[in-house]
Amino acid sequence: MNKSKLKVSDNDIVVPGELLAQGMNYLPSHGTYRLKENILSSKLGLVRIDGKVIKLIPLSGKYLPKKGDVIIGKIKDINFSGWRVETNSAYVAMLSMKDASSDYIPKGADLTKYFEVGDFILTKITNVTSQNLIDLSMKGPGLKKLNSGRIVIIDPTKVPRIIGKRGSMVSMIKNSTKCNIIVGQNGVIWIKGEPEDEYIASEAIKIIEKESHVSGLTNRINEFIKSEKVK
Amino acid sequence: MSYKKRVDGRDFHELRKIEAKVGIIPNARGSAYFKIGKTEAYSSVYGPRELYPSFLQDPTKAMLRCNYNMMPFSGSGDRVRPGPSRRSKEISMVTEKALLPVLDLDSYPNTVVDVFVELSQTDAGSRCAGICAASMALADAGIVMTDLISAVSVGKVDDKIVVDLDYEEEALDAEVSDIPVAMIPSTGEITLLQMDGIIDKKTLLNALKIIKEPLLKINEIQKKALKKKFEIQGAKK
Repeated sequence: MNKSKLKVSDNDIVVPGELLAQGMNYLPSHGTYRLKENILSSKLGLVRIDGKVIKLIPLSGKYLPKKGDVIIGKIKDINFSGWRVETNSAYVAMLSMKDASSDYIPKGADLTKYFEVGDFILTKITNVTSQNLIDLSMKGPGLKKLNSGRIVIIDPTKVPRIIGKRGSMVSMIKNSTKCNIIVGQNGVIWIKGEPEDEYIASEAIKIIEKESHVSGLTNRINEFIKSEKVK
Repeated sequence: MSYKKRVDGRDFHELRKIEAKVGIIPNARGSAYFKIGKTEAYSSVYGPRELYPSFLQDPTKAMLRCNYNMMPFSGSGDRVRPGPSRRSKEISMVTEKALLPVLDLDSYPNTVVDVFVELSQTDAGSRCAGICAASMALADAGIVMTDLISAVSVGKVDDKIVVDLDYEEEALDAEVSDIPVAMIPSTGEITLLQMDGIIDKKTLLNALKIIKEPLLKINEIQKKALKKKFEIQGAKK
């Protein structure tokens, strides 16, 4: 009974239904569940063992909107009281007139003056209901419409790796390509700079997305950008 | 009459050769390929995404929508008529029911997860191959699921219980029964059980006992394929 055994080690890739640990001495956390005395995984992910707690870092999955997240959305539709915004999640968000600008927007104003269909905006999630209806706001530092530049969409589970520890990865790419980069929590990334630099930055981001689970990533990306720049 | 040797020379409890791959369709959120013998299934998963018409939406969980389709050239000679048929609708439905018990779709209310299963070549056991591919594709898509689903057929030819029948064997001029089985490997629960032909209760129970081992073998292949996607050449972990 008290013979608890770990069946995997840190950073292993596991698939749904895989046995992670036996016995009651370990605790299941994110992406894992208990079946009788065993702990099994319920997602495709990387194992993280933190003392007695076993959790999974997912390797793929759709963005689940969370209150307070700053995301990049695309205006999909305009109606009387605001905009409908595509969020790269399973749900469409609403940006209402009163949250769209620090200026007062009078009733019946032409909303296309602020945002047009197809515009990308950097925006913040102010509320998510239990049915995942999303409210957005443009009031906050740095929230704005994103003019020109290019958009790269990646798997939202890879966003933490793109940003890196305290923003180390993204600032490395920023500095070495001299591009302005904004990463939305929903996996939408905006890059602006010289066209060649934009291309290098977007390729680097795609490599991070593909190889996010392998260590030594920062060095490899650094080398990649250097070798691309020579060309 | 006794069935002494299988048509293709396999052992009675031996599976056909299996190949599995994950991440073959870049546009899809998750995708997989599963080949068993000459039966080839491709599966891709899209979503969770918005579900329309909205009266289909379920405010408590996401909906699973499976679509099974045989490509026109997938048969053995005759063109398979494209479009939905009674058979393909039935198989879509049983695929859905076979997969649902392991899926946790509660965190995505009002949405749909679309699973497409396409068969480019068929030689019996296509629904099983489709279910195997679909469960791998769902895992690849990052859907929360308690386990993968493994499926294969078992049957009786004359007096022998055989595993994984191919078309020639199904069409033998003998007393043949064909039972596709899908199982949750971690618990041993069965999520698909259909039958074509005649079998007695004792033999059926015996057959279900025998099929467990091959199903676990398939599960290992599925797991290996999913992990292989993340192996990068020249990089150490």
